Parts: sequence; C-alpha cells; structure tokens
Amino acid sequence: MEKTSHIDPNVVAVQMTDIVKKFGNFVANDHISLTVHKGEVHAILGENGAGKSTLMNILYGLYKPTSGSISIFGSPVHIESPRQAIELGIGMVHQHFMLVEPFTVTENIILGMEPTNGITVDIKKARRQVLELSERYGMHVDPDAKIEDISVGMQQRVEILKVLYRGANILILDEPTSSLTPQEIEELIDIIHNLTADGKTVLLITHKLKEIKAAADKCTIIRQGKYIDTVDVQAVSEHELASMMVGRDVQFKVDKKPIEPGEVIIDVQDLHARDYRGVEVLKGLNLKVRRGEIVGLAGVDGNGQTELVEILTGLRKGESGKVIIEGKDLLNADAHKLFDNGVSSIPADRQKHGLVLDYSVAYNLVLQNYERPPFSKHGILKKDAIFQHAAELVDKFDIRGADGGIKEAGKLSGGNQQKIIIAREVTNDKDLLIAVNPTRGLDVGAIEFVHRYIVEQRNKNKAVLLVSFELDEIMSLSDRIEVIHNGRIVGSVTGEQADEKVLGLMMAGGGNHETQE
Amino acid sequence: MKHKNNQNNETTQNIVKNSTNNLLQQNALYTIIAIFFGFVVGGIFLWSAGFSPFEAYMKLFSSVFSRPKYLIWSVIYATPLIFTGLSVAFSYKMGVFNIGAEGQFVVGSLAALCVGILVDLPPLLHVTLCILAAFAAGMIWSFLVAVLRVRFGINEVLSFIMFNWIAFYLSNYIVNTESIHKAGGGEASKDIRESARILLPQSVQNILKNDKANYGIFLAIIAAVAIWFILTKTTLGYRVLAVGLNPHAARYGGINSNRTMYIAMSLSGALAALGGAVQLMGNSMRISQFAGQEGYGFQGITVALIASSHPIGCIFAGLFYGAMKYGGSKLNLIDAPTEVIDIIMGTIVLFIAISHVFRYLITKRLQKKEGK
Repeated sequence: MEKTSHIDPNVVAVQMTDIVKKFGNFVANDHISLTVHKGEVHAILGENGAGKSTLMNILYGLYKPTSGSISIFGSPVHIESPRQAIELGIGMVHQHFMLVEPFTVTENIILGMEPTNGITVDIKKARRQVLELSERYGMHVDPDAKIEDISVGMQQRVEILKVLYRGANILILDEPTSSLTPQEIEELIDIIHNLTADGKTVLLITHKLKEIKAAADKCTIIRQGKYIDTVDVQAVSEHELASMMVGRDVQFKVDKKPIEPGEVIIDVQDLHARDYRGVEVLKGLNLKVRRGEIVGLAGVDGNGQTELVEILTGLRKGESGKVIIEGKDLLNADAHKLFDNGVSSIPADRQKHGLVLDYSVAYNLVLQNYERPPFSKHGILKKDAIFQHAAELVDKFDIRGADGGIKEAGKLSGGNQQKIIIAREVTNDKDLLIAVNPTRGLDVGAIEFVHRYIVEQRNKNKAVLLVSFELDEIMSLSDRIEVIHNGRIVGSVTGEQADEKVLGLMMAGGGNHETQE
Repeated sequence: MKHKNNQNNETTQNIVKNSTNNLLQQNALYTIIAIFFGFVVGGIFLWSAGFSPFEAYMKLFSSVFSRPKYLIWSVIYATPLIFTGLSVAFSYKMGVFNIGAEGQFVVGSLAALCVGILVDLPPLLHVTLCILAAFAAGMIWSFLVAVLRVRFGINEVLSFIMFNWIAFYLSNYIVNTESIHKAGGGEASKDIRESARILLPQSVQNILKNDKANYGIFLAIIAAVAIWFILTKTTLGYRVLAVGLNPHAARYGGINSNRTMYIAMSLSGALAALGGAVQLMGNSMRISQFAGQEGYGFQGITVALIASSHPIGCIFAGLFYGAMKYGGSKLNLIDAPTEVIDIIMGTIVLFIAISHVFRYLITKRLQKKEGK
C-alpha cells in the first residue's frame, strides 16, 4: 500500500499530558501522555480494557480526567462535554453507529444542526453540502439513500460525514474496522488518507495490527492503563507491536498436528434458499466437512454464507436440498434438534444470538442444557450444579469479570463474552462446530485464545466449519478452504495452497470449479 | 499508623459510596419517590378544588388504619388486584403486555359463578371445582389470544382488548339467562351457593368484626410465591425469562418460543381469572350486569408497574392499591371527591414510567459532586 505522510511537524494538534483517570479504586489511565501533530494518523493500540477508549472519551469530553492536562492546537482546554469538544473541532465516530434508520443520509448528517430558510429546513442546501463533503474526501455516499438500505461501510462514512459537517479537524475513530469487509477496510484507509491530505488529524483506536501498518504514521501503545511507548509505525513489525500490546511474545501461527480427515460429519447437498425478500440466495450449494478437519468458508459478505449458517443452526428454512448430519437429513430441523444431533456453533452476532445479556454468565453457560441433568430435575433448576459448572468454566477458560458466574453476561467485555460462548460450545462437545466470525472485534490475546480452541476441536477429531470475513483467519486455520460466490461453492483449495490473491479472485466469482449450469 | 488510618477511612468511604450507589439503582427507591409525588399532585388537585389536602389524607389514612375491620376491608379490596397484578407481571417477564387481564378476570368469575350456582357439592369440593373452572376459563381466554399471535401474527394487545369486550358482553348475557339470573327482577345473578364461598369461619369473622373476611388473601400469597418460584427456580421460568430478555438467543439456544408463549400466556390468563373467582367467592357472591368495565385488570397493570413486575412485590403493591381504593371510597364522607385516588394512582404510574429520568438526574448530580 502506497503511503505519503501529511504530517506538519510544527503544529501540535492534540497534547494530552499525564492523564490519570480513576473509577473508584480502578485506575483506567495511569499517567498517559500523547502528542499528535496536525495531519497525522495516530493509532492508539491496546487490548480490550487497556484504557484506550477511556483516554479518547476524555478527549471527547465524555469523562473528566482525575488529573492531567489537555491542549488543543497549543491552547490549554478543559473539555467538559462532547458539545464543547465539537466546538473545539474534535469529532468522534463510535464503534456502534448512532443513526436513525428510516432517515436519509442527508437527514442523519444534519440532525441537530439543520440549515434553515425561515422556519423550514433547507434540505436542498443540506444535500448540496453533504454531497460536496462526500466528494471532497472520496466517500461516494448517496445523500438520498435511507440508512436502513445501505451497507455497514456506507453507514460508517455517514458517521464520518456527520463529524466533518460539524466542523471537526481532529477525528477520533473508535474501532472503525470491526464490522467492515476487507474491501471496505481498504476504502476506509483511502478515506483516512484523503482526510489527512486535507489537513485533518486522525486518532485511530484499534487493536488490529495490519491496519495500523497500513494506515497510521505513529502508534501509542497502552497496556493495563499504563503508557508503554509511542513508535514510528514504519520502524516496527506487526509482531513487535503485538508483543508490546500484550506484554509477552505472541504466537501468530497456530500449531496444528497433521491429521488424516475421517468420515463425513455434515454433507450439504444441492441446497436452495431464499432471503426475506424472496430472492434466491443459495443456488444449489454443496459442502462436506469431515472429522478432524477445519473447512474454511471464504467469501464476500452477501453471497449466501449468512443464510447457509442460519439454515445449519436452525434459524432459517431452506427451500430444497439436503443437510445430512451423521446420516440423517436434517434440513429445516429446529435449533434444538440440530443441537441434539451434534451441531454446536459460535454465532456471528454474540449479543443477539449467542447470549442473553441480562442473564448471569452461569445461566448463559447452560443455554442449551438447562433442561438436562445435572442442571435441572423434574423441571426444577439445580442452581448449585449450574453455578459449580460456571465456576469451573470461568476458571478453565479464564473468563474475566464474571465473579464466578454471578455477573450478568452483558457486563463483561466483548472478548470475555465471546469466551462464554466458546466455553459453552466447546464443552458441549458436539461432533460439528460451526464458527462464524469467531474473532470479530476481539484483540490479539483473545483471538489467540479462540483460535487455540477451534484447532483443539479439530485435534479432538471433530469437524469444524469456519465462516469468516477475515481471510487471514481462514488461511491460518483451515485444512481446506471453500469459496462461496453467489450462492454456490465456486472453488476450493487445500490449506497449504492458500494464497490471498487466488482466493480474492475466486471470491469475486472466478472459481476453479466447473459451473453447474 | 497514620497511613493505615487513612486507608481504613478510604475503605469506609468506598463502602458508603457503594451502598448509596446500590440504593440509587434500586427500583424501590424510585417507586417511593413516585408515590410521594402522586400524593403531592393529588394534594394540589384537592387544594385547587377547595378541599384541605391535609384533612383528606388524614381521612384516607384513618379510613384504613383506625380499626382492624377497616384493615381487613383493605385486604379484601387488595386480593383481586394482587392476582391481576401477578398476571400482568408474569406475562411482562416474557415480553407480553397483558392488557387482557380485565377480560380474563371476568371469564374467571363467570366460570366460578356458573359452577357455584348450578352444581351442588360438599363445601371444600365445591370451592375447588369453582377455582378449577375459573383457572381453565382464564387459561383458554388467554390461550386463544396466544394462538392468534403465534399462528397469525396478530398483535396481542389488539386481541386482548377485543377479548375484554367479548368477556364483558358474554358476562352480561349469561347473567341474564334464566338459570343464572336472580328470580324476581334486579340486574344481577343469583348468589352462589354457601358451599362455594371462601369466607373465614364465623368465629374468626366475629373477632375481625368483618363478615366478608375470606381466605382469598392466602390464595393470593400462595399464587405470588408460586409465580416467584416458577420464575426463579424452574426450567419454565428460565425459558420465559430468556424469551422475554432475548428471543433471538432463546431461539438460537433451542428454546421453543411458541410453546413457551402458549404456556406462559395461559398461566397469566389463569392468574387474572383466579382474581375474578376469589372476588366472587369471597366478597361479591354474585355478578351484576355491567354498565362499564370494572377495571380490576387495568388496575392490575398499575400494581405490576408499582411492583416492577416482581411477584412478591405484587403482594405489597396490591395491598397499597387496595388500601387506596378502600380508603378513597370514604373520602366522600368529608365531601372530597373519591376520584382523587385515580389522580394519585395515575400520577404514580406516570412517575414510575419516567423514573429513569430521575435516576439519570440523581446519578449525574452525584457524579458532578464527586468530580468537584
């Protein structure tokens, strides 16, 4: 990736000095200092809970620092509220978007500061301004589209435009790539460069090393609330960054012992399905996964993988075809039946499907098993057994902040929420594990953890189907990679043969399989 | 030494802070604030209508607490409300708003009435049969609505409201049929047989100086404890709460949400119907022809709201509402309008509904203080 720096070394845009933030006895930021020059892309790197979001929330006026000082463009400031931050030219794009779904792009951007002529909103003027901003930074946003109709990547651009429309010169992007596809990530990086070329300063909260390498000039590493170092991104390797972030040497490659795959566990034959609009999204898909292998399903979002997984986990009905699991055709069986017949899964959306956030960790750990002994008897829950089970898993899987299982799942960090699901599904010990984007939004330490357990399932001679938008993840874990395009498997390669370019071409439709038309 | 002292101080401070924080998170605190504001607003209305709020509230208070007989009356008023409150609270745990408790209450008392008049059985057996009939009637009434929702996707609020009116006219129809209607005119049914009544023994009534003192409150407490037990200790409770909290995860986890919906809505209907049966068998003994809906079901919504949908809380919220209803009925003795009770209860509901605003304001203020 070509990169030119737009840093103006004479102008310091953000200077945070000796920032301390305490929540009760907990020190979230312990004397952290940060210097960001105008036109710089400065990444803040740290594991989940390291304190990077706290630091940025202080800059955006959401928290007040316990001690320390901030200057913006050389003048000392006390930022009391986001409103004041905006007045100072600081804008923040949060990880979870705050958009009104049925409104258009323009309406969302101007919300709260609509240009008026007399008493009516001057929507024409607003539309023109939005279009102008969008084109200036190469965002190609349709100002008239409704939010609910556009992709997540586009929604993010709307959020960025919202901030720019409010006159921001310093943009804070919180985990901006966590829900984007690889293409969208590349486009976002281009947009970031357009922003800095125009003199804007960008602060990037992230734990993804590859993107830091691609997008950032400088990187400040925070670990457990403490300042570790600020480095020149060009001068360090991804591996060094990871080690600084975690505080120990990080293993990227997962150890896999060679296994000869065994019998076929799941055999999907000629599967057809439609989405909610009635459009055919699976057009005769065939897929086999055997014991002792990880099959990675690669593909650009929207090519049928979501529907496939939903059918395999009992959340959606297919139209025709067969889903043979250990000899039984289980097409259109419900989640309960599929589970009983050997399917466990790590769902794509852990907060929507994976967990009941208001339930305790212990209750979540028995979501499929609460009706079985020892967790209940004659319809009465056995809380001792449920909580003992939880205590064991919390310990074994190092689920942090769970208080032995009593804490509500929603109060844990994303990585630890994912650990609850992994603990549950791995302990269920089923013959097939379907893992969908299992490391989305997780930091390096947690990713390592998840990968280890996925490979362990394979090593225990189980079948694993891995569906992921992270090509790196698919390539490093899979024994075989199947590429899905337009509702069909268009190509397959063995894990060793995998190559990003070849896979990319297949994902765009140029597979190595004969087309079946 | 000094250092240690400081540390100790800090820990005590933290404990104090934590317990205040806990208190601020409690729903009970905001309920009490809401009740306080309810009385303030009621007082303003009384005052502007030319009555002394102080005098009226004294009357309200003395009407409930001055004699055991009055207290018993409050309990009798509270009993059906505890049932309808439980009904609403239980269905709410599953994410269903049971605005149909009114209709379920009516069919429950209607079923108990028919069995109580038409069947002749020894006392205990007769009471049991009446209660079972009411239970079944309420279940079916609510189950039908559940079917409409699950099978045909009809919003349950609409069906519930229509089923309320069907129950209303069904009751008026049955009350006027020959075998049920009281001989020789009047606008009411016959009284149920002695054997179907749940009054306390004469000797106890004499002590309490109240001839309508009945077993109903015990049934209500048993029902509340049973619902609490179901919700917290059983697999059914696990399912109901999981469906209510996150239907997607429940379905993903293999919980059959339709079946859970059928069971839970039926049970919710049965609870409201039991309220109707108990009201009939312990207090009214007959059903009059309705001119308008009686409101026990709707008042149950208020009870559930005050109780934050906690089953045991419903007992206390029901007693509170019952006392207000009974005490309020005495307000006309000093010429003050009884309707002020509705204003107070309405205000309480309003303030509970916006309690998150108070929570926000209070926590924010405290945070600011801490910041300084």
